[in-house]
Amino acid sequence: MQLVDKDQVSKSLGGRLIRNNIMKFLFLLCTLVGLVVLVTLIVDTVLDGWNYLTWDFLTSFSSSRPENAGVYGAIIGSIWLMAVTAPVSIILSVGTAMYLEEYAPENRLTDFIKINISNLAGVPSVVFGLLGLTIFVRQLALGNSVLAAGLTLSLMILPVIVVSSQEAIRSVPSTVREASVGMGATKWQTVSRIILPAAIPGIITGIILALSRAIGETAPLVVLGVPVSLLVTPNSALDTFQALPMQIYNWVKMPQEEFQYLTAAGIIILLIILFLMNSVAIYIRNKFSKRY
Amino acid sequence: MTDSQLKEDKNMGTEMGTEIGTEVKQADNASGIIESGQPVFQAKDFNLWYADNHALQNINLTFSENEISAIIGPSGCGKSTFIKALNRMVELVPIVRTEGHILYRGDNIFDKKMTVEELRTKVGMVFQNPNPFPKSIYDNVAYGARVHGIKKKKILDQIVEKSLRGAAIWDEVKDRLNQNAYGLSGGQQQRVCIARALAIEPDVILMDEPTSALDPISTTKIEDLIQQLSKDYSIVVVTHNMQQAARVSDKTAFFYQGYVVEHDDTSAIFENPKDKRTEDYVSGRFG
Ligand SMILES: Nc1ncnc2c1ncn2[C@@H]1O[C@H](COP(=O)(O)OP(=O)(O)O)[C@@H](O)[C@H]1O
Ligand SMILES: [Mg+2]
Repeated sequence: MQLVDKDQVSKSLGGRLIRNNIMKFLFLLCTLVGLVVLVTLIVDTVLDGWNYLTWDFLTSFSSSRPENAGVYGAIIGSIWLMAVTAPVSIILSVGTAMYLEEYAPENRLTDFIKINISNLAGVPSVVFGLLGLTIFVRQLALGNSVLAAGLTLSLMILPVIVVSSQEAIRSVPSTVREASVGMGATKWQTVSRIILPAAIPGIITGIILALSRAIGETAPLVVLGVPVSLLVTPNSALDTFQALPMQIYNWVKMPQEEFQYLTAAGIIILLIILFLMNSVAIYIRNKFSKRY
Repeated sequence: MTDSQLKEDKNMGTEMGTEIGTEVKQADNASGIIESGQPVFQAKDFNLWYADNHALQNINLTFSENEISAIIGPSGCGKSTFIKALNRMVELVPIVRTEGHILYRGDNIFDKKMTVEELRTKVGMVFQNPNPFPKSIYDNVAYGARVHGIKKKKILDQIVEKSLRGAAIWDEVKDRLNQNAYGLSGGQQQRVCIARALAIEPDVILMDEPTSALDPISTTKIEDLIQQLSKDYSIVVVTHNMQQAARVSDKTAFFYQGYVVEHDDTSAIFENPKDKRTEDYVSGRFG
């Protein structure tokens, strides 16, 4: 007895293929909408700002007169900011990830911490700004210094790096760990000689992506009271500073039309920095990712 | 193939015990009884639980010096658990609890005086699936020596060559020591893993189904290698391939549902087992 009616099968074929093509078209449309908007934004920005991207623009401090204004202070300030944020966040979060994955006893408390670290990654950046304002700026009396802002941004990206580092560490197969401890290696020898080297490409990728989020972040800096106009660069981490996203944010608010073009030029510089950082991350991921 | 040949093959199946018996490894000395050396491992009333699962029950077993001991038994009977208890790797599973003793050369391995690092330096392990480090062949084999503080290039070179020769793979890899071990075939990887275990000059080598992931030719090579190694090392090998146990081992322990049913000379286990369950298992009636 034949349960599958061949006629019916061939009749339904046409309809199935049409539906398949409709879905394919819909998904393509979704992709294109996002892509077109993004490309329009970028092209518009580049057209606006391109002519203002001059050597003078890169080497001048901010100014209330658009023809004199530049991003020198903001770029140097952002570099200072990263010089604090990068080491603090990297050491704290890679250490945390290592502890949670390799050393922490398996119990409820560990599970609770693990879950809440991923939740922290979703907390809005302005909340971290308020935290930084209370603790670093006021209680520790660091003022609106590079250090206070760097510590705040470190806290903000900490969960992101912890989670991506945890994933990288977890992707090292347990059989390799067993081989190492099975030879009498200590936990630390196994971690430092086998697990870290194997996980490092994933960890670095996560770090760069997190730092590129930090470098473009404006909200926490606004809350911390980072100045928008300054005629000096910091001499130490305790000095106040300017930052690129703050500079852009400030120009947007200016009434003179010319500042809108400076905004575009500032955005181009930020985009170039982000693009470079992401390229490095992708390069590292492709070049060093291990296969097992 | 003719009908009568087919029938013969079937008969062979039911009488596999005796069939294997013809190729059981024979004792070397004239008396026909395999003499045992010093005990290396002695399990005494050893019990192990995974949470509530009583996986090993009252194990009493002795493995002796320079012998190849095979552990056989159906899937899930506790073979891996037991062999991993011998170097305390089983403790990596947090829910494990043990009772009783396992003596390694007279010392209880669960004693506070014994550190796992020290035990595992003397008791090396080869795993079921080849698990080289994502490093060069050289660095894989030198790993153990480096972990134990040997840094001199000259000595490391010698250790690497000696271990790779010992694992019968030197000729195949000597020209590409600096290439990643993952570029080797599964059988070659497993021999590199054996070399890696040899490099710390252990006293005992534990092998948990070392050939189950390998093709027949690689399997034969590893079996030959195990025989070679037994001159210098005491070896415990888990296998669920009975022919393998019969071919390579001196003593065989039959595990069943967490118990040791029978432990004897391999020829006795395969030719005249005392327990009905052993007989059923080695003749292929279950497993
Ligand atoms: N990591 C583990 N966690 C919990 N139970 C386990 C674990 N490993 C093994 N067991 C249990 O212990 C018993 C013996 O398993 P195992 O030693 O792996 O058997 P074999 O190697 O003989 O196939 C089985 O019942 C198995 O389910
Ligand atoms: Mg097993």
